[in-house]
Amino acid sequence: MSYRLQEQPLEWIDRSKTINIEVEGKPARGFAGDTITSAMFANGDIHVGRSFKYHRIRGAVTFANHDGNALFQSSDETDIRGDVVPAVDGMKLHAVNTIGGVQNDKFRFLGLLSRFLVVGFYYKGLFKPRFMRSFYERVIRESAGLGKVDLNWRNKRKSKRYGFCDVLVIGAGPAGLSAAKAAAEAGAQVMLVDENAHIGGTLDYQYANDDSVSAARKELKEYVLNSDNIEVQTSAVALGWYSDNWVPVNTPTGIIKVRAKQVVMATGLFEQPSIFHYNDLPGVMMASAAQRMIARYAVKPAEVAAMVVANEDGYRAALDLLKAGVKINAIADLEDHETRGDLAKQVKAQGVQIYDRHAIYEVEGKKRVTSATLCPLDSNGECDSTRKTTVPCDGVFMSVGWAPVTHLLFQCKSDIKYNAEIGQFRAESMPEGMFAAGRVNGVFDINDQMADGAGAGQQAAAAAKGETADVQRPALTTIRQSHEYPIFRHPKHKNFIDFDEDIQLKDYINAAKEGFDNIELIKRFSTNGMGPSQGKHSNMNGIRILSKFTGKSIDETGTTTARPMFHPTPIQHLGGRRFRAERVSPMQQSHVDNKAVFMEAGAWLRPEYYDTEPTRLESIHAEAKAVRTGLGIIDVSTLGKIEIFGPDAAEMMDRICTMRMSNMVIGKTRYALVVDEAGVITDDGVVVRYADDHFYYTTTSGSADPAFRTVQKQILEWGLKCEAVNRTAQLAAMNLAGPEARNKLAQFTDIDLSEEAFPYLGARTGHVFGKPVTLARVGFVGELGYEIHCLAGDAAEIWNNLLKECADVNIRPFGVECQRLLRLEKGHVIVTQDTDGLTNPWEAGMPWAVHMKKDFFIGQRSLEILKPLQSRTLHGFMFPEGFKGEPKECHLLIKDGELNGRITSVSFSPTFNRWLGLAYVDDMEAKIGDGVQIRLDDGTLVEAELVSLPFYDPEGKRQTCDVDGTDGKVA
Amino acid sequence: MKLIDCPYIGARPQSEFVYGHEVREMPKPSEVTDKEWAEYVFCRHGAPGVKKEWWHHVPSGIWFVFERDTLTDKFIRLVDIAEVQYEL
Repeated sequence: MSYRLQEQPLEWIDRSKTINIEVEGKPARGFAGDTITSAMFANGDIHVGRSFKYHRIRGAVTFANHDGNALFQSSDETDIRGDVVPAVDGMKLHAVNTIGGVQNDKFRFLGLLSRFLVVGFYYKGLFKPRFMRSFYERVIRESAGLGKVDLNWRNKRKSKRYGFCDVLVIGAGPAGLSAAKAAAEAGAQVMLVDENAHIGGTLDYQYANDDSVSAARKELKEYVLNSDNIEVQTSAVALGWYSDNWVPVNTPTGIIKVRAKQVVMATGLFEQPSIFHYNDLPGVMMASAAQRMIARYAVKPAEVAAMVVANEDGYRAALDLLKAGVKINAIADLEDHETRGDLAKQVKAQGVQIYDRHAIYEVEGKKRVTSATLCPLDSNGECDSTRKTTVPCDGVFMSVGWAPVTHLLFQCKSDIKYNAEIGQFRAESMPEGMFAAGRVNGVFDINDQMADGAGAGQQAAAAAKGETADVQRPALTTIRQSHEYPIFRHPKHKNFIDFDEDIQLKDYINAAKEGFDNIELIKRFSTNGMGPSQGKHSNMNGIRILSKFTGKSIDETGTTTARPMFHPTPIQHLGGRRFRAERVSPMQQSHVDNKAVFMEAGAWLRPEYYDTEPTRLESIHAEAKAVRTGLGIIDVSTLGKIEIFGPDAAEMMDRICTMRMSNMVIGKTRYALVVDEAGVITDDGVVVRYADDHFYYTTTSGSADPAFRTVQKQILEWGLKCEAVNRTAQLAAMNLAGPEARNKLAQFTDIDLSEEAFPYLGARTGHVFGKPVTLARVGFVGELGYEIHCLAGDAAEIWNNLLKECADVNIRPFGVECQRLLRLEKGHVIVTQDTDGLTNPWEAGMPWAVHMKKDFFIGQRSLEILKPLQSRTLHGFMFPEGFKGEPKECHLLIKDGELNGRITSVSFSPTFNRWLGLAYVDDMEAKIGDGVQIRLDDGTLVEAELVSLPFYDPEGKRQTCDVDGTDGKVA
Repeated sequence: MKLIDCPYIGARPQSEFVYGHEVREMPKPSEVTDKEWAEYVFCRHGAPGVKKEWWHHVPSGIWFVFERDTLTDKFIRLVDIAEVQYEL
């Protein structure tokens, strides 16, 4: 049957466009503008889902985006909120929490077991016997969670944008619209955000039939939609409030990160349920939900209704229902309808039976409510179940109170207190830059709401200009809007506080009795407020119940923390598009041309190896062979490059590095080891002294920025007369290494490369291929080699020329992996690979790099303390020839069944035809020649032998060795 | 996200800054016991209050010292570097 009504004055649907959707294989016909739920209801299908715990059949309760019943999934999206997501022609949906569909859910009888599934049953019931635990785990894993994730999901990332405005208004109801208009009129740039598809808020449903507001509604909407000063974002949710009015707003097209000078929170209220037996039966819903259904979608929520009310809004809803042709069989007023004003009289005049000081005690029905039973309230506010009045109905509408949407108000740390007169929380004062307006602010009369919004808008616009506006805001309502305890016990229970999590009144009270009588504890133990609606319809009643149980006031009871996000936000929106800086060196094109396989090193892309041989390993070994026997070249532009100038430059270098730098000879290099104040190795590199007052030094690729920041900061802190310049991006560098290096490079440079003129560890400036360079004789990979530092703009030319001109000696570009292998053979550590967050130079086998006799360097005092405490040493180890295992970094050394260390680097060395590596040995007695046990992935213990470092060329002859045997001597 | 308002570079989002820790003068290494030195290296006072802190503005490459109330997260003033300099 169709529940579609005649055309409503403000309806959102477009009757000229029919759409068809399919929910669980069942077709539903609606109009453009319908939501999934309204389209279903219009077709008479009121069963939108199953509850989480007991799989109880559910209808729409709030019809407002925030209850967990109407949750759907399509083939590629979960958490589709049927109450607000537009029905789109061709949509195919399933409810999220069923096995076999809403009607025939396999778990639909779980509710019968509810007496065994008490709060905390996981911990209480499923713990013993132990052998059953894996069975329980399987069952729970199957039933936990909502919806099924499509593992073949399509990546639909949404862009993030930035938004700026003078005044951000959250909520486009009467107060929000008025605030936006007033602020715009005062010249402010305004952004207006509302989670609904259209602006208007309660003006369009609670007051849809109130002629007295139609002029104001028309004026507000026309102004807001046409003002150049107002950007309207609908179907958009303000997700949270962060420092200095930074508010992410989630829109269908992605998140806008809004920076607002001022924020007006006109967020309104969530209607709250009354708690009675079977208050979750389909057909039971909020009165405001019924109003939204009628006014927005022209859907009749029921034929015959019963209501429970505790405020004037309930009677306004009753009039709307009557107007829509719904027969109201009974209204239970928790107090006295005489106090509700004119609207109650109008309802009564239409012949509706009103029961004063009555509550709805229980409702009956199987898949939809069929009758409601009213009971009078005794002096304790409890139902007198001996005096029942039962009326038939297929809809029960609740209007017993509200909870303010204070999430963002809590986040901005406004001073929120419970106002007992109104019956709701309210911000008594607001921090700078923030305003609350409308019902969230405790202003209920519709004209007052608009005046309050306009006042807040004027104040916000003035504050955005650094001024103050003298505005008289309307007084708060003095009429109670929310009943203090619309909660009624029932011997058969099933009176739900939280519809998402199926928390019954007794569950909650039992949790409090068990000692979880703090609002944050009881939330977590009972899971009240932990479902998809995050307590938007259960926290307030939870607070009221706990407050009554403990005898504490509402303020003393307090609320749970309202963290962002206010509403579930898809990860693809939070993630945004992936913008990651990627740095490439000036030689990138050559790397690509030479078939480099790239790896990420921080932000840098570096060639891991060049894919020249059939396998990765063969390629790496071929590169290594070229360096050892001929010529190789590696791009080391990623090194951090810092220059220090000034009279105190040498002093500064002394203080930063563990070695003395002030006694360096001009034209020399020295190894630079850097430790932090705790003596932990943080960086290493090479220092070049250009002049007495001019140093240049490199850092590891990842440390360039932090190293530079430290130098800058220390110069300031110590008041030294020197300046540091970060030249990392201005300069490029490459290391030409191998026994052919000198002979070949000599052909292209004006620098005398003879051993006498330019010995190992020397540095010279001059030209290569006519381009200005600094050459440094370094030995990281263990062969004769020159690091060529040049301007970034010249680097590609030098690199390409070297590759071309050295083709006769089969020069090979080599990648990071080959370099790691070569330096490992040479026993050189890589900081952060062979050191960890605790490693000091004593442990890393580098006491030679620490000059303790200096006056001062960062970490010196700590190293002094640490020296006698050393308990591990970095050793080299080798496996016997022919060893067949696969040792890896981080494999453990084991001694007598106990941990005895850890591998930091390990590789198969083609030079030695063996596996070799570096490892920390937690045994100060260990010495060269000892065997160590290493545990491999499969648990087997294998033996390696500790050997002295370096593995390769211990005398360092290769650092000067030319391929032709001249070794740089001038003939 | 927080805005840090600096008299030299204007109000900039916090994400442009790297926090450089509280300003602390290093004790003279030769004049302290091992224990006192370890205290200096490892212990920080977490108690909220008005603190001087180093903040590095990455895009401009400038270090600033700000006074900030860590209880209210309010930046109070820009501190002259000379106020926090010390001789070794």
